[in-house]
Amino acid sequence: MSDTEPRASETTPNNPPTPPKKSDPIEQRDFANPTINIIQSASRKASTSDLSSISRESTPPPLPPRPKNLGLLDSRPSTSHSTAPARPQLVSKATTQLSYSDTNTYNNETQSDSHSSGASRPKNYFGLNFGSRNTSDVEDYASMRSFAPTEVGIGDAESMIGELGGDREKSLLRSLGHRFEDQESESMFPPDPQFEEAFKHEFDDIPDMEADGSNEESVMLQWRGKLKHFLILSSAGKPIYSRHGDDQLITNYIGVVQTIISFYQSANDTLRGFTAGDVRFVVISKGPLNLVAITRLPESESQLRTQLDALYMQILSTLTLPSMERMFATRANYDLRRPLQGTETLLSALADGFTRGSPSTLLSALECLKLRKSHRHIINNTLLKTRSENLLYGLIVASGKLVSVVRPKKHSLHPGDLHLIFNMLFEAGSVKAGGGENWIPLCLPGFNNTGYLYMYVSFLNLEHPTKQMQERPQSRSGDGDEVAILLISANKEGFFEMQSMRNMLVEQLQINGSIALIRDAVKKGRPRCTDIVPGTPLRHFLYKSRGNVQFVMPGFEPAFADSIERRRLMNLYGKLHVQLHGKPTSLKIHHETSTTYISLAWTTPLFELYCVAPGTTSRAALAQAANKVIQWVRMEEERVFIIGGAVF
Amino acid sequence: MADLGAPAQPKPSSSVKLVLLGEAAVGKSSLVMRFVNNDFQENKEPTIGAAFLTQKCNLPTRTIKFEIWDTAGQERFASLAPMYYRNAQAALVVYDITKPSSLTKAQHWVAELQRQASPGIVIALVGNKFDLASPSGGEGVDDVDAAPAAEGETNEDEESIDARRVPTKTAKAYADEESLLFFETSAKTGMNVAEVFTAIANAIPETSLKGPRGVGGQTNLGRQEDARVNLTGGRTEGPKEGCAC
Repeated sequence: MSDTEPRASETTPNNPPTPPKKSDPIEQRDFANPTINIIQSASRKASTSDLSSISRESTPPPLPPRPKNLGLLDSRPSTSHSTAPARPQLVSKATTQLSYSDTNTYNNETQSDSHSSGASRPKNYFGLNFGSRNTSDVEDYASMRSFAPTEVGIGDAESMIGELGGDREKSLLRSLGHRFEDQESESMFPPDPQFEEAFKHEFDDIPDMEADGSNEESVMLQWRGKLKHFLILSSAGKPIYSRHGDDQLITNYIGVVQTIISFYQSANDTLRGFTAGDVRFVVISKGPLNLVAITRLPESESQLRTQLDALYMQILSTLTLPSMERMFATRANYDLRRPLQGTETLLSALADGFTRGSPSTLLSALECLKLRKSHRHIINNTLLKTRSENLLYGLIVASGKLVSVVRPKKHSLHPGDLHLIFNMLFEAGSVKAGGGENWIPLCLPGFNNTGYLYMYVSFLNLEHPTKQMQERPQSRSGDGDEVAILLISANKEGFFEMQSMRNMLVEQLQINGSIALIRDAVKKGRPRCTDIVPGTPLRHFLYKSRGNVQFVMPGFEPAFADSIERRRLMNLYGKLHVQLHGKPTSLKIHHETSTTYISLAWTTPLFELYCVAPGTTSRAALAQAANKVIQWVRMEEERVFIIGGAVF
Repeated sequence: MADLGAPAQPKPSSSVKLVLLGEAAVGKSSLVMRFVNNDFQENKEPTIGAAFLTQKCNLPTRTIKFEIWDTAGQERFASLAPMYYRNAQAALVVYDITKPSSLTKAQHWVAELQRQASPGIVIALVGNKFDLASPSGGEGVDDVDAAPAAEGETNEDEESIDARRVPTKTAKAYADEESLLFFETSAKTGMNVAEVFTAIANAIPETSLKGPRGVGGQTNLGRQEDARVNLTGGRTEGPKEGCAC
């Protein structure tokens, strides 16, 4: 496998752009070499990505030369030596500290010379300190990049120096033979008290304004202190939804936003977004609605668009597109809050999910409950066997992870639709808390945005599956181990039909032992990184199977147990994601280090992999660990992903 | 939902289909949760669609198994209501004693039920959130017209302010006029909740009771409309705000 390791090579981000003809073979080499085995062995799932690249794979080009100072790199004694490298251009290009990767001026014509996009990034390369790592591979520029930290000590040279000192000490000690054992739970990110403070209060309610306006100032401060806002307004400027603050508070802002948007509209232009200070505004206009995301988190424009799209889909899911359009057709200044009454909790649950950071949304993929293939097969068959006539989709979901799905051959399930359903069931909690069985009309916009489907929902008591619905449904289930049976039908009056299917299904699942298997799998939870690859330096990873539109990840514990650490991890993933998906130049492999972490993002037609390890990890070890993860997924593919599902 | 009830019970047992109707946020789900689980949650999130629950009610001579449809109160679900009250033997029409408009809405529901539901349907008018009324406002039949001037939205402060806006007398008079059962309840404290259901159980004429799977459950299957995916016509349309009748 050593041949196929993604080489930890790196480029000087500020190298002048190379002519395309020169960079092309390098691009090809980087793209092809690490993945060839996997691509070939699993090519049945290969998604249509890049035909030419696939043809290249049959003749893998030579590997890039290993850096001469690999040994030195492996021990990485010098993440922060201040010996200035012979790369003055780094210094000359240092610009602002803010790393708006989305504002990159990707002005390259061809995808292949993607490295040059690095040159135009308004990043601050404080990291001339990192030069020592660049000495060996000056010519090894490719579609792979390494970045000196841009997060660390933003705009704060002093703290940078402080860290340098610390690191030098570390490396000195190391040279004396000390080994640094990183504690697993040690934070991977430098402390940022300001962010932590803001994040801690991010989800607090904003108090109502007093009638006399006496607390106006403090209320405004709290409102402005939020890291993230979502506003939805009608094209006539009527407020529809705001994550924070009541009408009184947001009216002015709605007015301003509306003015800005319509200013551009009047010029037949569309405002997509803008930046003010450290705040990013992204706007999408969808028919009669304008949706605005305002964020101080490091998120890219396309990520924010995905989030706004999800909110829009939630609205459609409540109203359906034609009926919403009818409302506005009769009166342009229609107040949409009325028909949406009661769904604020769903929108807020979605919004908070985004603010907390959701791998599922970031990757636009689903997570499945890990089950043995044969076990899932039994569950699938039970679903097929008990399927009732008017069933469209049947799903078994365990705490937000898909266990099994039964669907018609012609209709697959749209991940966005499932996200809405999961949000309703597992985040918003309105269904769960009520107890009993539910019959919910909803539109699945990805499936068909013009009409309603009806969803039967029943939460399962895993300990006593048949008892649950008899007389006294559980009003509250345990944390995170809820299993729900969802049966979706187009028949409005199909409740009792679905109910009897559910009863049969649960009975059968109990007889064939599947309930127990699901229960065990739920209890087991996500494996830790070290369970997946013993001794791995990785602290976390995301692996998305592109063909299946599903992802797998280890548990957040222990390294990212609290929500702030988790948010920071998601920030990092978000940044990595941008590197792979930034248009028009996107990388195949992206490698980034800071004093506290080292990370890798890697995409092939088959998968996307994002992984992160402590800063003390060598790049070779990181690359090896990444390969181990891919090996693991390949072995476990039919357990961690639902391939095919039950189709009728 | 298996038919387990009947054989085990020495007393005759019968199912009663009951539907809860009323404006959003008056406490329909909370009443049901109190009745079924003897539990209460503050700030419960709104019901989406409808929830189906069952609970038994033991009377001296028989056991009634309630099959309860707890419907969502939002306007956009109003067009689905007939599906739930069709063939129901009992209905709980709920309003919020701190919100006069909710009584108006309740009256609309009563009228709709009298017009369109089964003729023998037992309707109970229930004024919920009694815990928000001040003790001086009082139980029962006192005239509490003198509601203090504090403007709405004070539902949560139950300390000293009397949040009651609907006098017991007004609602009681209306209920008598329409021959409805009438109760003021508090899902939060549990006051009168079991009583409502017992009263309904007692009010249901013996003749309309059938076996455990009688009139109750099956009724939803009668199809009245095309129920396919694109059946959205009429739902959540603008013009019919405010009143679904």
